[in-house]
Amino acid sequence: MMYSEKVMEHFQNPHNVGVIKDADGVGQVGNPVCGDMMTFYIRVKDDRLADIKFQTFGCGAAIAVSSMVSDMAMGKTLGEARQITNQSVADELGGLPKNKLHCSNLGADALHKALEDYENRKKGIAAAEVQESAAHGDEEPCSCPYCEGPLEELEDFCTKCQVELKECPSCGQLTNKTGEKCSHCGANLATI
Amino acid sequence: MTRVYLDHIAATPLHPLVLEAMLPYLRENFGNPQSLHTAGQNAVAGLEEARQRVAALINADPAEVYFTSCGSESNNFAVKGLALAQRERKNHLVLSSIEHQSVLHSSKSLEKLGFKTTLVPVDKFGLIDPTEVKKALTKETALVSVMLANSEVGTIEPVREIAQVCRAQNVLVHTDAVAAAGNIPVDVRDLGVDSLSLAADQFYGPKGSAALFLKKGTRILPFLDGGIQEGGRRAGTENVAGIVGMGKAAEIAKQEMPNRLKKLIPLRESLINRLPQKVGHLYLTGHPDKRLPHHASFVVEFIEGEGMLLFLDMKGISVSSGSACTSKALKASHVLLAMGMDHALAQGSLVFSLIDETSAGDIDYLLEEFPPIIDRLRRMSPLYTKYLEEKAK
Repeated sequence: MMYSEKVMEHFQNPHNVGVIKDADGVGQVGNPVCGDMMTFYIRVKDDRLADIKFQTFGCGAAIAVSSMVSDMAMGKTLGEARQITNQSVADELGGLPKNKLHCSNLGADALHKALEDYENRKKGIAAAEVQESAAHGDEEPCSCPYCEGPLEELEDFCTKCQVELKECPSCGQLTNKTGEKCSHCGANLATI
Repeated sequence: MTRVYLDHIAATPLHPLVLEAMLPYLRENFGNPQSLHTAGQNAVAGLEEARQRVAALINADPAEVYFTSCGSESNNFAVKGLALAQRERKNHLVLSSIEHQSVLHSSKSLEKLGFKTTLVPVDKFGLIDPTEVKKALTKETALVSVMLANSEVGTIEPVREIAQVCRAQNVLVHTDAVAAAGNIPVDVRDLGVDSLSLAADQFYGPKGSAALFLKKGTRILPFLDGGIQEGGRRAGTENVAGIVGMGKAAEIAKQEMPNRLKKLIPLRESLINRLPQKVGHLYLTGHPDKRLPHHASFVVEFIEGEGMLLFLDMKGISVSSGSACTSKALKASHVLLAMGMDHALAQGSLVFSLIDETSAGDIDYLLEEFPPIIDRLRRMSPLYTKYLEEKAK
C-alpha cells in the first residue's frame, strides 16, 4: 500500500466529517479541476475551537489530511491552531507519498482560511462578502509546484514566484523550464 | 475475503495452460535461440511455434510478427521506426487525441527531430471520425496512428475505414491493438493496417511479452540495434519463455474467443444496465455498443476516483480509475477530457474490466458493495452538499 497505516485509518474512518450550520468561520480551498477541494467549518468559543467539521472532495490522502487537521485543531486556541503547518500534519500522518504532499498543504490552508474568515467576521466584514469569496473558492486555480501560488490552467509561468514552467515530457508534471532535471521524476530535461 | 478482480485492462491472470507451456523454457529448454547446438535449437522451436500462433491470432504471416517486451515498446517501435524511415521525404504525423501515452509521447520525441503532429478529435463517445483523419492528411504525412480500442473507455474505433482513407493517399497506418487483440477478432488483412501492437498480458499471457505486426515490405528503423534477432529489427536475446507463453495465450484466445464473448457481453450489459439504477449521477463513458466485450466504464459525479478505488479494494474488488489523484502525474485522464468531459466529472472515473473468471455472482457482489461506498464518499463531498442545497432551493 502506498499510504501509511495512519493515513488509511483516517481515510476509512475520518473524524469530524460534516457541515456546521451557521458556523463562525468557513474556509474553502482547492477546486475539483485540480482533483482536491476542502471546506472547513469552525465554531469558536472563548477563543478556542469548540467544534470543527469538514467536507472533502479528493483522494485518500486529502480525506485523511482533513481528518487529521480537524483532530489536531480541535479544542485548541486560535493561536495554537494557527501554528498547525502542512509539515506537522504530514508528520502526524506518518508521512505522505511525495506526489500527495500537496494534499497536506490544502488541509492546513483550509483550516487557516476558516480562522481568517472568523477574524474577518469579527472585524465586521459583511457576511455577504465572505459568502461570495467562499463561492469563488471553487474557481480557484491549480497551484504552482514551487511556491504553491495560484496558477491558471496550462499556464507556463508562475506569476507569484517568477518561475518559468514546462510539462516534463517524462512524467507530465510541471517543472522548472530552465532546470536540468525534472523536480518530480528526475528525468534529464536536456536529453529528453 | 471475497476477491473480485475487475481490472483486466491493467493485467489479466496467467492462464494455467500458458504457465505449463512456459515452464519447460525456464527449465530444460533454457538455451539461447541463436546457438547452433541442441539446447539453442530447442528454444528456436518454441520461439517459432509461438510466432505462428501469434500470427494466426491476427491473420498475419509468421514472418510479419516481431516480438518485443511490452505494448509500449511495440508502439514506440512502430511510431518512431516508421516515421524515421520516411524522414527524408515526410515529416508529419496524424494521431487520435486519445492514443496511449506510448504513442503520444513517441510523437513528442519525433517533434524534437523536426516532425509535426496533428491530433484528431473524438466525439463524446470517444469515436474517431475517418473524415476527420482524411482532413488532417497532407502530402507530408508519414504515418497515421489510431488505436483499435481504448482501454479507458472501451470504445472500438473504425480503424478499417481509417486505413482505407490512408491507403488511398499512400500514408502508413499503425494501430495500437493492445486492449483489443486476444479479446475481439482482429484481422490485420481485413483492417488493412501496416503495423499493429499487441501484448500478451491483455489475453491471459505473461507480462514482458508483446509483439508488433509489420506488413511485409514495410520499411522501419530497427528499434534496438545489435544482433540479428527478429530479423535485425529488434536485437537482444529473446525472452523465450515469455514468448512461448504469448504464443500459447494467443492459441487459447483464438479457440476460446467465441465462448468468451458469449459469456462476457451479457455480464458487461448486466453491469452497465443495473449500476445506474442503483446509483444516481453515474454515467457510462465510451460508446454504448461499439465497446470491448469485457469493458464497463463510468464517471461518478461529486466524488473522486481514488477514494472509490481504495474502498472497493477493502471489499476485495480491484478496479481502475483515470482520475488525477490515482495517476502519478496528478492529471485528469486525457481521454475523458478529449471526449469533452468536464474536469471535475472526469475525476470520478472508474473502469470495471471483466476477466474470463468473472461470474454473475461477482457482478451481484459489486452491485451490493458499491452503492454504500458512493454514499459514504458523497456525504463527505462539499460538491454533493452544494448540489443538494441548490436542489432544495
